[in-house]
Amino acid sequence: MSMNSQGRPSAIPAASGTDAVTGTFTGNRGLQIEEPLIFEQDSAGRCGVDLPEAPKVASRLGGVKPRAKVGLPGLAEPQVVRHYTRLSQKNYAIDSGLYPLGSCTMKHNPRLNEKMARLPGFADVHPLQPESTVQGALELMDTLAHWLKTLTGMAAVTLAPAAGAHGEMCGIMAIRSAHEAKGDTGRTKILVPESAHGTNPATAAACGYTVESIPATADGRVDLDALKAKLGPDVAGLMLTNPNTCGLFEREILAIAEAVHGAGAYFYCDGANFNAIVGRVRPADLGIDVMHINLHKTFSTPHGGGGPGSGPVVFAESLAPYVPVPYVVHGADGFQLVETAGEGPAFGRMKAFHGQMGMFTRALSYMLSHGADGLWQASGDAVLNANYVMARLQDVMTASFEGPCMHECLFDDRFLKGTGVTTLDIAKALIDEGFHPMTMYFPLVVHGALLIEPTETESKAGLDQFIDALRSLAERAKSGDVAYFQGAPRLTPRRRLDETAAARKPVLRWVPPVPAEALAAE
Amino acid sequence: MRYLPLTEADRQSMLAAIAAPSVDALFRDVPEAAHLSGPIGGLSNHLGELEVERLLGAMAAKSIPAGSVPSFLGAGAYRHHVPATVDHLVQRGEFLTAYTPYQPEVSQGTLQVLFEFQTQVALLTGMDVANASMYDGATACAEAVMMANRVTRKKKAILSGGLHPHYRDTTTTDARFIGFDAVALPADPEGVEDLAARIDDKTSCVVVQNPSVFGQVRDYSDLAKACQAKGALLIVVVTEALSLGLLPPPGEMGADIVAAEGQSFGNALNFGGPYVGLFAVKDKYVRQMPGRLCGETVDADGRRGFVLTLSTREQHIRREKATSNICTNAGLCALAFSIHLSLLGEEGVTQLAKLNHAKAVQLADKLAAVPGVSVVNDGFFNEFTVKLPKPAAGVVEALAQRRILGGVPVSRLYPGEMDDLLLVAVTETNTESDMDAFAKALTEVLS
Repeated sequence: MSMNSQGRPSAIPAASGTDAVTGTFTGNRGLQIEEPLIFEQDSAGRCGVDLPEAPKVASRLGGVKPRAKVGLPGLAEPQVVRHYTRLSQKNYAIDSGLYPLGSCTMKHNPRLNEKMARLPGFADVHPLQPESTVQGALELMDTLAHWLKTLTGMAAVTLAPAAGAHGEMCGIMAIRSAHEAKGDTGRTKILVPESAHGTNPATAAACGYTVESIPATADGRVDLDALKAKLGPDVAGLMLTNPNTCGLFEREILAIAEAVHGAGAYFYCDGANFNAIVGRVRPADLGIDVMHINLHKTFSTPHGGGGPGSGPVVFAESLAPYVPVPYVVHGADGFQLVETAGEGPAFGRMKAFHGQMGMFTRALSYMLSHGADGLWQASGDAVLNANYVMARLQDVMTASFEGPCMHECLFDDRFLKGTGVTTLDIAKALIDEGFHPMTMYFPLVVHGALLIEPTETESKAGLDQFIDALRSLAERAKSGDVAYFQGAPRLTPRRRLDETAAARKPVLRWVPPVPAEALAAE
Repeated sequence: MRYLPLTEADRQSMLAAIAAPSVDALFRDVPEAAHLSGPIGGLSNHLGELEVERLLGAMAAKSIPAGSVPSFLGAGAYRHHVPATVDHLVQRGEFLTAYTPYQPEVSQGTLQVLFEFQTQVALLTGMDVANASMYDGATACAEAVMMANRVTRKKKAILSGGLHPHYRDTTTTDARFIGFDAVALPADPEGVEDLAARIDDKTSCVVVQNPSVFGQVRDYSDLAKACQAKGALLIVVVTEALSLGLLPPPGEMGADIVAAEGQSFGNALNFGGPYVGLFAVKDKYVRQMPGRLCGETVDADGRRGFVLTLSTREQHIRREKATSNICTNAGLCALAFSIHLSLLGEEGVTQLAKLNHAKAVQLADKLAAVPGVSVVNDGFFNEFTVKLPKPAAGVVEALAQRRILGGVPVSRLYPGEMDDLLLVAVTETNTESDMDAFAKALTEVLS
């Protein structure tokens, strides 16, 4: 695969004459400033840090020859600051506006949590310091574990998994361990509803299970009869998201749990949507055996443009022994870390060290700020906001299922039938209105899905503006103004990008330009 | 509650618009017995900022921060100086509070960062292509093994005795549940094992770590050739990314996959996480990679832009046929890595690596002069193993009492084994007087 050699522009438009797109000399448009790659700003010998000379000693590399060159660009500190500041200005963020991505829970990220995560007693602690010197960090993990167990009603929790999908892996490993401990090795299937997140089947398959899909009923829930028909001695477990990805509470959940348990299988809950019920409903009371929690969703640790996440997993009594290492226990001299699995039912390690500590601090800071009363209010407001959006849009858009919904509301593209406008077009036009789009084309159980999750941290005025913008777009689509939608977005740093070209001839890194003299020699 | 904008009047008017009698009524699909009647018991109620600061501040004060004392811990997590610029820039809300860049028109910032990150990782490791990050080095290592199994259609991985035990265990956990063989060789402090002799027709890959968990540096060029001859892949793990500023890159040695921990650049110790896994491969394996990839393209106006690409490998498209179940990765830690590396640049990264190595040589000499202490490795970067006349765990505890964090006892990583070995790391943050204090305290503790 060749890099940067497909004749695509490898730099910003030349700073001469008038830029064809912006009409300006520079190609800039006011506050939107074109920014070259960092590699295109290199000056050999320039450096953004000042370091002392290395002591003069003979190197001791065991006969290995030092490398000649890395190939990184040299920039001074102000250039680096400006580079990343300009890049940041090309991003939409929850700090700048409503970010209604369904199933992603983009809520306000309090800065107190950032401050707490940077306390030296949490942030500047090495994971392998003697236990006697890390009691504060261990106490924080233990306190977080207490909150998570209390909020879910579960018997045990592991903080080890690095993100939601990693937590799913952990939960499925626990289920497998429990079956194996009983000598029950004939269970080869995991059942997953059609509406599930892609990570669910991917996780089950990665753990060696065959995945079988459970259809949905006309009201957007798991088809209990279809589930019962699939349950048998070959089923290890059910992976179910609740509230589900249609934004609905699985109202037959107790019957689902009973059927799963009756077949000798375990009930895994994908906790991605826990924000809808946190502080009001304990998953243990729903018959769930194991559930991961995305701290970066429900407990507001920042998404950071794609991580880091953190995916603690809670276990009911039945699965509580089957946890990975490490975990914190209360010892005679304070908190202790159990770091090796030993002979017991606990299984091995899932990552290096003890979990995403920086995320634990942020999540606990969020929990303490809200308290039990604040979490009750937060889940209530999250559900109220979603129902308000649904109520105010359902005369112009087509809601897929009857409400009430939980923390998110699902529409499909029936309202666009015959207009020539697609779900994608609506999303792109919404960007020009100053909003991040909702989740599109997911879940897969409805056609052209638009899944809206406003979260509890939006004001009514903010929601009203979003709703009015969507109403105007729905009406515009019905008026036949297809060209407007297909050309959107127009006001962004970049317009629609050619994803097909990107995948056909992947350019995945910058490469140094071929020197002019070498080209001439060819 | 300061994070909730709805007023009671808002709630009432919204309920009227929905035609619902109360918020509780919206939860009518929840089985009655499972819906609590009020806030959950056993937890405190809401607190103001000041109260949270007091509470967590008091908790944090019960730990001894590594930076408050002379500290020599490594073993996969290193305390480097992170320029103030890094933490300022990663806290810009447009980076901090953005989601995965699924809408490229309003995510060019994150996407360009990822494209630059991928390039930096490729340059540093000497590989063709890198992905947009993994959770950490250990999970990157396990994913590398699974990728090698897919590429070679074989299922036996050989794990070097120099591989960090946490990386080894992460890989063997996956091996047990996912169904492949991971043959872990005995610990090899001096770096003398013969890996080439272990390769057979069933071997999908050999995993080595350079420098090893014991600090030993080796050249794996011959092993790469041996792997190639037998149709196995060479996976090189790096836990101290700064070493790549001085040591020959794995790509140059012939590595097929590099799985590394990037924490050293831009990221604090954080008691072990979040860190950033680096994953780089040869061109021909791109479509077998796990994780996200950012690629260059053009927009409707013909201008250069960036998108997530080759998503047909990933779980949200392929579901049970995906190359990995990974979704969220380590975006913000990758940004911190990238900014730090941009500040360092060519000159900074090479000079910082030299500085770390020179300080390690100095400390090795100082510790070797302590009666009864000897250095195990003949070649190292900024970390090495010393042999003590007493069990290292007790020595480290006694040093901690003297407010010196004197390294990682090898027995912490290998319970019940090699209890006289101590792993010692040095970085630019350690002063000459730190090193002298360490040598002096060690002399006292051992006498």
